[in-house]
Amino acid sequence: MPRITFIEPGGLRRVIDAPIGISLMEAAVQNGVQGILALCGGACACGTCHVYVDAAWFSRLEPREEMEEGMLECAWQPRDNSRLSCQIQVTADLDGLEVTVPQQQGAM
Amino acid sequence: MISTIVVVGGGQAGAQAVDTLRREGFAGRLLLICDEPALPYQRPPLSKKYLSGELTAERLPFRHRAFYDEHRIELKLGVRARALDPRAHRVDLDNGEALTYDRLLLCLGATARRLTCAGADLAGLHYLRTVADVTLIRAAIKPGSRVAIIGGGYIGLETAATCRHMGCEVTVLELADRVMNRVVAPCVSEFFAQEHRAQGIHILCNMQVTRIEGAGRVERVICADGSETAADALIVGVGAMATTALASDAGLACDNGILVDEYCRTQDEAIFAAGDCTNHPSLRFGRRVRIESVDNAFEQAKTAALNLLDRKIAHDRVPWFWSDQFDNKLLIAGLSQDYDRQVLRGEPASRSFSVCYLKGGELIAVEAINHSKDYMAARKLIADRARMNLTKMANPNLALKEAVAEPA
Repeated sequence: MPRITFIEPGGLRRVIDAPIGISLMEAAVQNGVQGILALCGGACACGTCHVYVDAAWFSRLEPREEMEEGMLECAWQPRDNSRLSCQIQVTADLDGLEVTVPQQQGAM
Repeated sequence: MISTIVVVGGGQAGAQAVDTLRREGFAGRLLLICDEPALPYQRPPLSKKYLSGELTAERLPFRHRAFYDEHRIELKLGVRARALDPRAHRVDLDNGEALTYDRLLLCLGATARRLTCAGADLAGLHYLRTVADVTLIRAAIKPGSRVAIIGGGYIGLETAATCRHMGCEVTVLELADRVMNRVVAPCVSEFFAQEHRAQGIHILCNMQVTRIEGAGRVERVICADGSETAADALIVGVGAMATTALASDAGLACDNGILVDEYCRTQDEAIFAAGDCTNHPSLRFGRRVRIESVDNAFEQAKTAALNLLDRKIAHDRVPWFWSDQFDNKLLIAGLSQDYDRQVLRGEPASRSFSVCYLKGGELIAVEAINHSKDYMAARKLIADRARMNLTKMANPNLALKEAVAEPA
């Protein structure tokens, strides 16, 4: 399984073996990664699974769609490398991916 | 000293409460009583990707079993709390156990409203609230099945879209003169009705169901105008009621939900409640509300957990809602009741537009159709009690957050 690192809001590095075929958000939630709330369960409707993707990895992901762009624009402290983790599917190519969970989630 | 906390109800609220209690350092005995046999799971996919089969049962639970073990959360699955004795601080379970608590949290949820007309007890009539309900529905339909749906609200329309996607012939019978009439503006109802009709769904409004007929199982639905709708399966989505029997039988005050204060406390100081089952004060909207939503269940349960630990934090959030129907996403922020002004942003024909509601100049709600940007901006603006510039707000080319009125 691809190994993915989440840096939690407190700074803790959580390394997770994520099953292929589910979303990055689901892998985080199932493993209790702090700060990934994902209230809507992956419907791209809540903006509470926001992560910052490590720069080296950002361009290797499928680009953001319009709905995700709109959610992120008014999320808490969006950056160029912001993504909603529910919109990223875990594939073998993601082995080694590192993402940082923001201090807060939701509309800010 | 709080040594035992019992949480009754394993939906969104109950599952969140035990999580927060442990994260916040509660180290005592913690029990979660779930009347369904499954691990606490997400309900929103039931009418959508779980019904269609795109999402399998293993992906519904919030957490793996290991999470509960690791955090010493005692799960009682398939067990119902049958009685509550507030004086003795005791909950009696239907497996014969009796639990004593120092603090109790009721996350009892809501129950699907039942049809009461003749024939409502026929086989082939389904409600949609639990995994077990959906398992029955999935077994009852296949491509080509004639599915009748009573109720054109969120559940009815989401289920209609999913059944159609699965190849069924779908008819929706709505009592009011338009779909989703309690939650959205007429132009939004019209937009969704058209989207459904374009996909081949029959949306019939002003239809009062008078009886269900069939020889031992549902065959047709008869309405007051004399019309008959043939059905192989019938799904009823006519709203839900707060589940309150455990509380009201114990003497706790209930009125369209268990009455709690902004700290999620009932009139008994050791008993708290959160989620769909509560009737609570909304600080932002200045009145009591009962809200059926994932967001409220999550936020109120989190706040209740903190108050169970004597943190004294008020539940004060702007509610939000969403619905997926075919490739359309309806996103709602705030509560639109009592508005005095409604402003349309954009054109429904563009398939991406919003309806904004104001009261006394302040933004109180936004319905955003395929427009996540307006919706996210609205969640913040509503919480901030932003006053809006109407001319700017009506211009869809200007971001909603740029339409805030200049201070007078």
